[in-house]
Amino acid sequence: MAQPCRLPAGGRIDRAKPLRLRFNGRDIEAYAGDSVAAALLANGVRLVGRSFKYHRPRGILSHGSDEPNALLQVDRGPGRIDPNNRATVVEAADGIAVSSQNHWPSLEHDLGAVNDLLSPVLPAGFYYKTFMWPQSFWQRVYEPKIRAAAGLGVAPHEADADRYVHRHAHCAVLVVGGGPAGLAAALAASDDGARVILADEQPEFGGTLLHDLHATIDGAPAGDWRAQALATLAARANVTLLPRTTAFGYYNHNHIALVERVGDHRARQDDRRPRERLWQVRARQVVLATGAHERPLVFADNDRPGIMLAESVRVFINRYAVAPGRRIVFATSGASAYAAAADAKAAGLDVTLVDIRAEAECGPGPAMLRARGIDVLPAHTIVGSTGRKAVTGLIVAPVDANGIVGPRRTLACDGVGMSGGWTPAVHLFSQSRGKLRYDDAIDAFVPGTPAQAERSAGAARGIYDLAACLADGWAAGGGAARDFAATPSPTGFRPVRALPTDADAKRVKAFVDFQNDVTAKDIALAVREGFESVEHVKRYTTTGMATDQGKTSNMAALGLVAEILDRPVPQVGTTTFRPPYTPVTFGTIVGSARGALFDPIRVAPLHDWAAAHGARFENVGLWRRAWHFPRPGEDMHAAVRRECRAVRESVGIFDASTLGKIEVVGRDAAEFLHRIYINAWLKLEPGRCRYGVMLKEDGFIFDDGVVARMAPDRFHVTTTTGGAARVLAHMEDYLQTEWPDLEVFLTSVSEQWAVIALQGPRARDVLAPLVEGIDLAAASFPHMAVRTGTICGVPTRLFRVSFTGELGYEINVPADYARAVWEALWARGQEFGITPYGTEAMHVLRAERGFIIVGQETDGTVTPDDVGLGGMIARAKADFVGKRSLARPDMLKPDRKQLVGLLADAPDLVLEEGAQIVADPHQPIPMTMLGHVTSSYWSDACGRAIALALVSGGRARMGQTLHVTTPTGFAPARVAAPVFFDPKGERVHG
Amino acid sequence: MLLVTCPHCGARPEIEFRYGGEAHIARPADPSALDDRQWAEFLYFRSNPKGVYAERWNHAHGCGRWFNALRDTASDAFLATYPAGQQRPDLGGGR
Repeated sequence: MAQPCRLPAGGRIDRAKPLRLRFNGRDIEAYAGDSVAAALLANGVRLVGRSFKYHRPRGILSHGSDEPNALLQVDRGPGRIDPNNRATVVEAADGIAVSSQNHWPSLEHDLGAVNDLLSPVLPAGFYYKTFMWPQSFWQRVYEPKIRAAAGLGVAPHEADADRYVHRHAHCAVLVVGGGPAGLAAALAASDDGARVILADEQPEFGGTLLHDLHATIDGAPAGDWRAQALATLAARANVTLLPRTTAFGYYNHNHIALVERVGDHRARQDDRRPRERLWQVRARQVVLATGAHERPLVFADNDRPGIMLAESVRVFINRYAVAPGRRIVFATSGASAYAAAADAKAAGLDVTLVDIRAEAECGPGPAMLRARGIDVLPAHTIVGSTGRKAVTGLIVAPVDANGIVGPRRTLACDGVGMSGGWTPAVHLFSQSRGKLRYDDAIDAFVPGTPAQAERSAGAARGIYDLAACLADGWAAGGGAARDFAATPSPTGFRPVRALPTDADAKRVKAFVDFQNDVTAKDIALAVREGFESVEHVKRYTTTGMATDQGKTSNMAALGLVAEILDRPVPQVGTTTFRPPYTPVTFGTIVGSARGALFDPIRVAPLHDWAAAHGARFENVGLWRRAWHFPRPGEDMHAAVRRECRAVRESVGIFDASTLGKIEVVGRDAAEFLHRIYINAWLKLEPGRCRYGVMLKEDGFIFDDGVVARMAPDRFHVTTTTGGAARVLAHMEDYLQTEWPDLEVFLTSVSEQWAVIALQGPRARDVLAPLVEGIDLAAASFPHMAVRTGTICGVPTRLFRVSFTGELGYEINVPADYARAVWEALWARGQEFGITPYGTEAMHVLRAERGFIIVGQETDGTVTPDDVGLGGMIARAKADFVGKRSLARPDMLKPDRKQLVGLLADAPDLVLEEGAQIVADPHQPIPMTMLGHVTSSYWSDACGRAIALALVSGGRARMGQTLHVTTPTGFAPARVAAPVFFDPKGERVHG
Repeated sequence: MLLVTCPHCGARPEIEFRYGGEAHIARPADPSALDDRQWAEFLYFRSNPKGVYAERWNHAHGCGRWFNALRDTASDAFLATYPAGQQRPDLGGGR
């Protein structure tokens, strides 16, 4: 029979819209409006999962986001597989396939259940005690095995096929939670036109009003009041209603992150809607009307499938028209379960209620139920349950005021609704850094002093009566004080920790945290072993650390610790709640920042030319730079050798456009640079360039580059490719905050100027026919000079500079003309065999000449003197950024690491960059490390491999043989000057 | 995410800003006059209080300007933001 547990009438489901889903390969019929949990229960499915550690059979415990047991994998088609979904919050949708997790070979027959029998050797913290040694086994054996055995779902292998989007919003009042308090708050807050957002995690607003069938508000049925309230809110243009939206993070300055589930409840996702939408809301005022969570009772075998929370039984009956059982025993320590029992009876189910409290404590509840023909057993405790894959009975016994337990009897049943009282959902309040306060009267932590513009309302602050919730919500929304008339709610409960039992507490499993399989005896063990802080108990036992974040278990664990330590609960304290309130998909966090949009990709204007000419690219920061230009049949090594040879023998062309460029202009521009760089600038003549090095105030090299003086008050500064933004920021900082009296303006022109480097003995021959207005003769345009003129009719700032050691030019042209100028140079250079070269050849060429690269030869701990640039420092300058630090004693030590050349004894051995260097390879371990290789290449010009290295006291070690680590052992290498080619630097003047 | 009020642009989300450490630590006019200890204190030592802290912010993805703020490090509440060069408002804390 289809849906054997569906009640014939009632519920908020739409019986006109049947749908079909699959569970573990079996067809499940359901109706629109069902949750997956409701659909499973309607079809008589009790067993939905295996527990985390002991692989015990588990069923559905709750009806909402606090569900610890019913974690399912949901399959909505290729690329849409999602593990660890709570069956209670996933809406039933046509065609989805859900399956249980954490079992092998099947849910019904799970070999992992042997863990339940082994439990005496698997107590709290067992893995800290058991898997100690050998140490190497942890990573290779223990952890993988434990991970496989204790588990959640399996991460999908395919890329996520769905789309996720982000949205930002501002409002006057954000109301989180659309139950009675939240609705009242939203009504009051939006009354005067203020922008209000009301969010609720469920598909429908109303909270408890969705299943409280008999309540009235202001004389009308509560359901009518709810409909009226929603109609009013929907009609207000200033109100945004966000159903299916969970506020999961409460951050600084009333910044709330919410996830809206847009797509999953629809049968097909073939439309243009995203699956989920991340809302980041900045609210002037926040109202937290997040309700409360019901507590399970802690008794032996309280986890059998069919045992659920009492209010959840009521929700399944009233809202989904599902009977979670035909014979239901309610077990309670409080009043709310009486309403659930009455509703179950009204639905035609066989009902018994057991109350831990004495009859006199129970109020009008027992009489009310007995009048309906329900058997009520006050002053009874629960000592166990029967059944295996579904509950078959609840074992109860009378208990007197002294806790003496009388004879047992078993109440046969196929469903249990338990209630250990209520815990306000203070998660978001706690996340907002508000201080919690323990309220003895309701045995719960409630919001104390808010830390932000926030107000909690209703059950979220321990107000459980309907009329009081409405009034509290109205006030929280800013409404003038008013009363609501409503039917009184049954409230109040006796706080109980582990229920009294006649069994040996050390021998039974009474679960506190269902999801992480933490029992009352685990908590007791942790306390006995000395973990008295609740934060320590949490970490040792893992209680509250599962994906449900202890929503059902938190107070039980705290209460147990307090009871065992015989301290009041507030002295034990509570753990801090952290985001997210419920698990959030990675897709939602990532949004559109995936694939090509993960990170911006920057390409220079000549990128397409390089791609068309076979370049292979490398990532330099966000830039894609041409790395080398292999010809057919060439590997990288051959290509780089050929490119280097071309530059040394004829002419090469290189795209240097990614260099950072800053236009420094103003009356005090020279003075400003004088203070920023280590070298002198005041006397640099217009038309000349100078290589500059700048430090941070700590004295370490920060960036370098060539600076040209274009006019007395105008400089063209270049920076490293990666340093462009931070150098500008560094300059702005000093200009604005230390020297605001200087008249200087800084403008980034990195993307305005493209730079074509033309390098090699024939560079001038290629360039000359294309340039107008500049005399290229060596005498009138020497090395380290700059000229303005035109090239191919395009204005240019022509630098005569060289990072290769050859005669060279860096041709700056407006970016839009770069391709045309490059093509003209390319055509002109054909007769000289002009060769495009990439960053790898550039690195080799500069290393042959011993030029440093910031970030390769330096690492933030290197001074100018360390890399042999001490001579650049303008000693006459009274001050520059970093100067004082260079005089610190540690900066003057002779054993500082200094830049040297390294020539391996084996001339064709290219040492590894980063390889460590020692003096004696036979010394005992740990060895004294002298430094490391910073750059290492094959050099065609030298006919051998070359390397640069930072070596302790390196300049005093010239000629010494040191030893460098290689993958196959130590290799001897001789310390040499860090210049390998053209030591006098004559070729640039050619 | 903090909501930072740039004195020139108004309230903006934190991602538009760059943080600059403690404020009102002027670079010494003549660093060479400081001994090593004094220079190290200028360079590295910060008050790091629990409570009101004067700190530097740069509206990097906005007007680009540096300004100062008084922030309570315990609550992250901003007590004031004010242009660089202005005196620290007398709202508690301080070195």
